[in-house]
Amino acid sequence: MTFAQGAFGLAGLLLLLGGLSGLLLPTTARRFLTNLLTAIGAGAACVGAIRVFTSNEPLSIVANNVLPFGQAVFEIDELSAFFMLVIGVVAIPAAIYAVGYTKHGLSSRTTQAMFPVFVLSMLLVVSAASMATFLICWELMAITSLVLVVTEHRHRDARSAGIWYAAMTHFGFLAILVGFAILSMHAPLDTFGVIGESSLTITPWLRSLAFLLFFVGFASKAGAVPFHVWLPRAHAEAPSHVSALMSGAMVKMGIYGIVRVCWDLMGLGSRWWYMVILAVGIVSAIFGILHAMASHDLKRLLAYSTSENIGLILIALGAAGIYKVGKSDALAAFAVAAALLHVLNHAVFKGLLFLSAGSVLFATHNRNLDQLGGLAKRMPFTMLTFAIGAMAISAIPPLNGFASEWLMLQSLFQGIPSDSAYRNVLFPLALGAMALAGGLVAATFVKALGTGFLALPRSESAAEATEVGGFMKIGQLLLAITCVVLGFGASFLSGLLTRTVASLRGLYDIEPINHHHAWMQLPGSSTRLSTLVIGAVLIGAVILTIVVLRLLRSPAKARVAPTWACGRELQTPRMEYTSTSYAEPLRRVFANVLRPDSDISVDRRNESQYFVQSVHYYLDLRDVIERRFYTPLLTFARKWGELGRQLQNGSIHRYLAYIMVALLCVLVIAR
Amino acid sequence: MLRTGKVAEAPIAPADVASPPQAKSFRGSVQLRHVDAGSCNGCEIELGTCFSPVYDGERYGVRLVASPRHADGLVVTGVVTEHMATALEKTLEATPEPRIVIALGDCAMNCGEFRDAYAVRGAVSDVVPVDVAVPGCPPEPEAIIAALRKVTQR
Amino acid sequence: MSISGIALALSQAALLLALSPFVIGVIRQVRARAEGRQGAGIRQPWRDIRKLLRKERIRPVYASWIFHAAPMVLFITSIVVATIIPSITTRSAANGSADFLAVVFLLLAGTIFLALAGLDAGSAFGGMGSSREMTIAALAEPTLLLAILAVSARAQTSGLGEIVKAGIDHPSMLIAPASLLALGALAIVTLAENGRIPVDNPATHLELTMVHEAMTLEHSGRDLALIELASYMRLVFYLTLIANLFVPWGVATTLSPAAIGIGIVALLGKLVVLAAVLSMVEVLLAKLRLFRIPELLAGSFVLSFLAVTVSSFLA
Repeated sequence: MTFAQGAFGLAGLLLLLGGLSGLLLPTTARRFLTNLLTAIGAGAACVGAIRVFTSNEPLSIVANNVLPFGQAVFEIDELSAFFMLVIGVVAIPAAIYAVGYTKHGLSSRTTQAMFPVFVLSMLLVVSAASMATFLICWELMAITSLVLVVTEHRHRDARSAGIWYAAMTHFGFLAILVGFAILSMHAPLDTFGVIGESSLTITPWLRSLAFLLFFVGFASKAGAVPFHVWLPRAHAEAPSHVSALMSGAMVKMGIYGIVRVCWDLMGLGSRWWYMVILAVGIVSAIFGILHAMASHDLKRLLAYSTSENIGLILIALGAAGIYKVGKSDALAAFAVAAALLHVLNHAVFKGLLFLSAGSVLFATHNRNLDQLGGLAKRMPFTMLTFAIGAMAISAIPPLNGFASEWLMLQSLFQGIPSDSAYRNVLFPLALGAMALAGGLVAATFVKALGTGFLALPRSESAAEATEVGGFMKIGQLLLAITCVVLGFGASFLSGLLTRTVASLRGLYDIEPINHHHAWMQLPGSSTRLSTLVIGAVLIGAVILTIVVLRLLRSPAKARVAPTWACGRELQTPRMEYTSTSYAEPLRRVFANVLRPDSDISVDRRNESQYFVQSVHYYLDLRDVIERRFYTPLLTFARKWGELGRQLQNGSIHRYLAYIMVALLCVLVIAR
Repeated sequence: MLRTGKVAEAPIAPADVASPPQAKSFRGSVQLRHVDAGSCNGCEIELGTCFSPVYDGERYGVRLVASPRHADGLVVTGVVTEHMATALEKTLEATPEPRIVIALGDCAMNCGEFRDAYAVRGAVSDVVPVDVAVPGCPPEPEAIIAALRKVTQR
Repeated sequence: MSISGIALALSQAALLLALSPFVIGVIRQVRARAEGRQGAGIRQPWRDIRKLLRKERIRPVYASWIFHAAPMVLFITSIVVATIIPSITTRSAANGSADFLAVVFLLLAGTIFLALAGLDAGSAFGGMGSSREMTIAALAEPTLLLAILAVSARAQTSGLGEIVKAGIDHPSMLIAPASLLALGALAIVTLAENGRIPVDNPATHLELTMVHEAMTLEHSGRDLALIELASYMRLVFYLTLIANLFVPWGVATTLSPAAIGIGIVALLGKLVVLAAVLSMVEVLLAKLRLFRIPELLAGSFVLSFLAVTVSSFLA
């Protein structure tokens, strides 16, 4: 047994043990043991993944007689290992965080036991190397996460989120299943290697159909618009450590699926495949961030922002495909590398943001930004970690979001001008979309941080909040440090990315990013970037500024005075800008996309119409895709379902009649 | 624009009084926050005129600003009414040190016409310490600028 | 990264820092003369800063550490951007480590912190300014990116130094239609991002019409001095970009003292001309209503998008 095999075996064992201990141990013990076993298990998987990178050899495990109808085939190559790191980097802090977070009301046996199994199922998904294994692991991941989403099933919203999630994820599963059925029609075996070989022999239109099915299936798991409807519900209602893991790692399984199946297995497709990916990416990026910006529910906001980031990743992947079709292999590899780095970085900062939001929820029992505020004074640590996450997601140099945002923008920049008219039109559009999304992300997270944490508390619950405990802090701290380290050290990740990308079909032996110590350099261009240098210069500038200010003898001591309120006697939280009012200008600018339904009614006193008794403001910001597409679809399905129910009215006579008719039909057909 | 040319009149000589001690630290740049503590708006018109092209108070380094945090002092016009007394105190508290208070017009100096009115708390100096006073009802722009030049020392 | 490169980077930062208040002084002075006034002289902004640095700092009672951190972040990001932008030379050391995307996101960092500080004091005006500022910043972002992309296409790199150098080497590209479209787009973004008329009025006293000013209503003393200096520098960055991307002559491409001397003189000349143009624009235009600004920015986005597509189809 090799070292890596041992590490993965240990990971599996620990996670299963974690699941068992969650089922069997008493409350406090299971809270500690299950979650710590999960953290160590995920850590072991990360060690194994790193070993795969250092040892140069993909690792393959075939287990006979595990599945009822044959072997379970696992193979861990660099791509799998990379995604294992993505899972691990969120799972470890989330598990440690869970020790503290599940203290009140979330320590039920099912919730505790499902968490390690959920982590294990994701690790299995990225290592599965045959169709049956993949599908079973995929379903296991769907079910464990579903159970975790409905942890608080006594709330109506959580139940509804669970139903939406179950429906969407199984719709996606169905699409993937049919896709695999088409893809493997000529394959003698169902291992990925064999399917990959034989997939090129399928007729082009069937291949395209399979691609579309896969893309729909994986995009619905990734939460890309228009398959995103489950995401804001499920992420908002799930316990926060689960949200972090779902948003940081599980939706990336959709991206993994697209890279693994649509790229690595299926080989090169038509140009329009990748244009579809690019278009879905653009729509997701803009639609996702607009809803995040308009949302006043902290966790919903983060969930919509996940759709946006998935959109950015899809844009880069679409661009990669278009490059590959145009035979620019180096640029294709570069774009894939950019997308993968963003997968990792998004996992880190979104995990951090969800854990910090979870701490806010834990301390205030409130996730409505319009009722939060003032937490900077009461929860300074959580505020700091949320701020680091918000800066990272806004791509502020030198934090990690900047490095991948830079690479993704560059991956489009490098493609224009070109001989291809498609690129010349599509790429500037995609760039414009990414830049607009970037600006809106900044606005969204200034809103979240500013109205959630700064100034005066807007409700009792926020005013009485206290800082969370040690385990939760450790979870947040780990991710915050990772944000900073991955930011400063971005250029040192290029080796990892190179190895990952070079394991993909059609991109073997290409170095996507040249790496000179602390500099990243694009292949075939003089463009260079060093986040380390930018960071160092920023720190130098701070020191220099402070020294100069001291030399100038500028008074540093600040007098504390009441907020300037034009001489008014009193400053109350009701005078602050709320999250809803903060988003108002942008909501108005993008009213055509968001289609908010709002109304104001003013009640006047009977004595005189000049005296206002009360003002009611009504704002409905439900997702327009949900309202215009899913609601009619559901109504339609329900109507036919009602009709179908009439077939089954409990009468034995009628059932006997059905059986007879069916029998006659069979006899006639089979003769 | 070119045909009209410069309409600003020749500079007005600074007033013949001692500069307030804070003026030394301003060194040619004075931002003022205007507080109407209960004025009849006569002084406001004259103050506004000071910053018109004709008198161009800005050339001496004076500007009116929106926030007392940005200001080096207050220009207070009118008597201090009961309702404005707290606001005036709060505005002064909101102004960073070193700061000055300019009482503009007779009302601000000694309640003028409204001395015994029932809603009047008193002159500006009854509520906050006054450093510079400009008499007149209303004071002429020349007088205001002459006083301001002593503050900016330009 | 050479010693001379580092020295050039530092001197660029020092020069832009020293220069930018004078550029604001020129803008105000030209404006004063256009209005028939005498004006306070071009040294007045420096007098203001000097005084502010010696004044007391005040922190609103509800504010957190963000309140004092914001001016610092705004200032240091401006200093770092000053080392990157090819103002007098294309050979600054920072040029090899950061391209224009880094500049865009560094400037965004300053905007974000200032917007946070606007919310921090809990006053309605701060929130209002912050909300408006982020709206405008978000809408201006795509234009800014695409406008610079349109001119970067000729150099095949996003490094600002290389783009300027390519302009000097191939002057024919500067009068291409793409360049003119990009210039128009960048000019509008300059007005929007720096809170100039017609987007915002830097001299307003009326809180309800404020954008930038409303966020800083609470800052005083050295916090305010840093904010003012940084906003002066940010305006100068945009003017420098316009000047050196579209009229690159004079920027030093070698390390000889003569070239650098010419670079400084050329920069001064260009900035004075642009400052005069900007202040005439401000005198002649009226401020737009807040909800007309998105239309202006959408127009500028169309310009920059056309610039990119035109440049790639004609390339």
